[in-house]
Amino acid sequence: MRGQKREESLLPDEAFEPVIVGFLCQWCTYTAADLAGTTRTQYPPNIRPIKTMCSGSVDPVYVLRALLGGADGVLIGGCRPGDCHYVSGNLKARRRIAALKSILKTLGLEEDRVWLRWISAAEGKKFADTVSEFTQKLKKMGPNPIKRHWSI
Amino acid sequence: MGKVAIINVREGKILDALNRFWRGLLETRAVDALLIPQTLPGGRNVVQTLVSDPQNLKRPDPLAPVLPVNSARLLSQMTRVAPSPRKVGAVLRSCELRALVELVKLKQASLDNLVLIGVDCLGTCSVGRYAERIEAGLTTEDFVRSFGEGQEDVSLREACQICEFPAPVHADLTVCLIGADLEKGIPVVAQTPEGAQILEGLDLKPGEDREVAGREEALSQLIARRTAVRDETLAQMQREAHGMENLLATFAGCINCRNCSTVCPMCYCKTCFFDSPVFDVEADRYLGWTEKRGTLRMPADMLLFHLTRMTHMAMSCVGCGMCQEACPNDIPVAHIFRMVGMGLQTVFDYVPGRSLEEELPLATFREGELPGIAEE
Repeated sequence: MRGQKREESLLPDEAFEPVIVGFLCQWCTYTAADLAGTTRTQYPPNIRPIKTMCSGSVDPVYVLRALLGGADGVLIGGCRPGDCHYVSGNLKARRRIAALKSILKTLGLEEDRVWLRWISAAEGKKFADTVSEFTQKLKKMGPNPIKRHWSI
Repeated sequence: MGKVAIINVREGKILDALNRFWRGLLETRAVDALLIPQTLPGGRNVVQTLVSDPQNLKRPDPLAPVLPVNSARLLSQMTRVAPSPRKVGAVLRSCELRALVELVKLKQASLDNLVLIGVDCLGTCSVGRYAERIEAGLTTEDFVRSFGEGQEDVSLREACQICEFPAPVHADLTVCLIGADLEKGIPVVAQTPEGAQILEGLDLKPGEDREVAGREEALSQLIARRTAVRDETLAQMQREAHGMENLLATFAGCINCRNCSTVCPMCYCKTCFFDSPVFDVEADRYLGWTEKRGTLRMPADMLLFHLTRMTHMAMSCVGCGMCQEACPNDIPVAHIFRMVGMGLQTVFDYVPGRSLEEELPLATFREGELPGIAEE
């Protein structure tokens, strides 16, 4: 049966390559990604980086859009506390993401597909490690089940 | 407990007694105008009205069990540009007062020159159901009496049946119905110095604390009963809507009309994000998504709208349930938003409408908080 086949293809398997949408602050995590590149640090090619002015400028609507659009995970990268270029955007982002995760949790949706991480511009290795770790985690979780639903 | 005065009730006529009180407020110039619910000609609905001449207080009825609009929206509309130099007395229910507090904190309303007059809320019906009650010959006094006898009215809106905030908050004056012997008199309590001053200027019998002694007890019993119903109702809602499959089934009737947002007192944006062209894309993008998913529900982004709205307003959701009234397809949106809101409010130890000083959680931050959100 076709339907059955579709189900099976969503089970976690070795071939599944998760898609991560990254909203990366230009002052830190985005620069860290550059650093990872220039220092030739290896990390999985699963992330699709989007440069933002600040982690605090990422309205949850964009995170939701990515998840409902079928992304397997969303990584929001911001400056370490105290280092925000705009003083406190990252700490406001933390509240916003906490709120988003609470909403997803209440509704029984997978809040673990949203990660917020502090990665400074000097931490190319941390960026690479974070993407590797997230990719591994998503491989274990399997594809985002939202992809299965067309009536969203 | 603040200063207490008693409105005399003659021959059990509660509305007439209250009417004298409203008139008194205008006649003594305690306020220059009143925002007060009055019965429309024809009698089938009761709506907020602005009145400055006591002669025009034809059929005031703030106790009528109907709430067509959350009046916090009206006060935002009136005061957002600039509050009036004249005093406006606003007669409001608890959910309206709590929504107003949130709007003030969101800088969408001003309390300047407002005198807040809260009335104990015994619950409200939908507008349609209220009209049916009127046709059946049921009066507001019948409603107040049957409430006093402890009967739970099953025709009340679901949002009201689970509302644990029957008493007004932040009011200058509170008209106390719960736990009062209304045949004898209606206690009015001043909760602020301004309220006390107004009470002094009115020709009312001074009351004593014992005349509202039964109130605390009656209120706490009512709140306990409502809280139990709330917990049960929301737990059931959570089971019904849990997970993507169930959530989509719950929202199956949604037509993206956005009525829920139009009537929501917390959805104050002049231009909604979903009116913006941010997600306007060319037809080919739709076809691309269709190829990926196989089928695409149209109009698109139904769930995106609701989830985004939750991230914007649920923290301040006071549970007035106007959203559910406006939903053309009976989606239990009030319960869903309330449930999500309570989850959020627990994370940030926030109760919408509780305090004017308490910061809006998403407008501020603390250092070193929320462990586990950013670093594992």
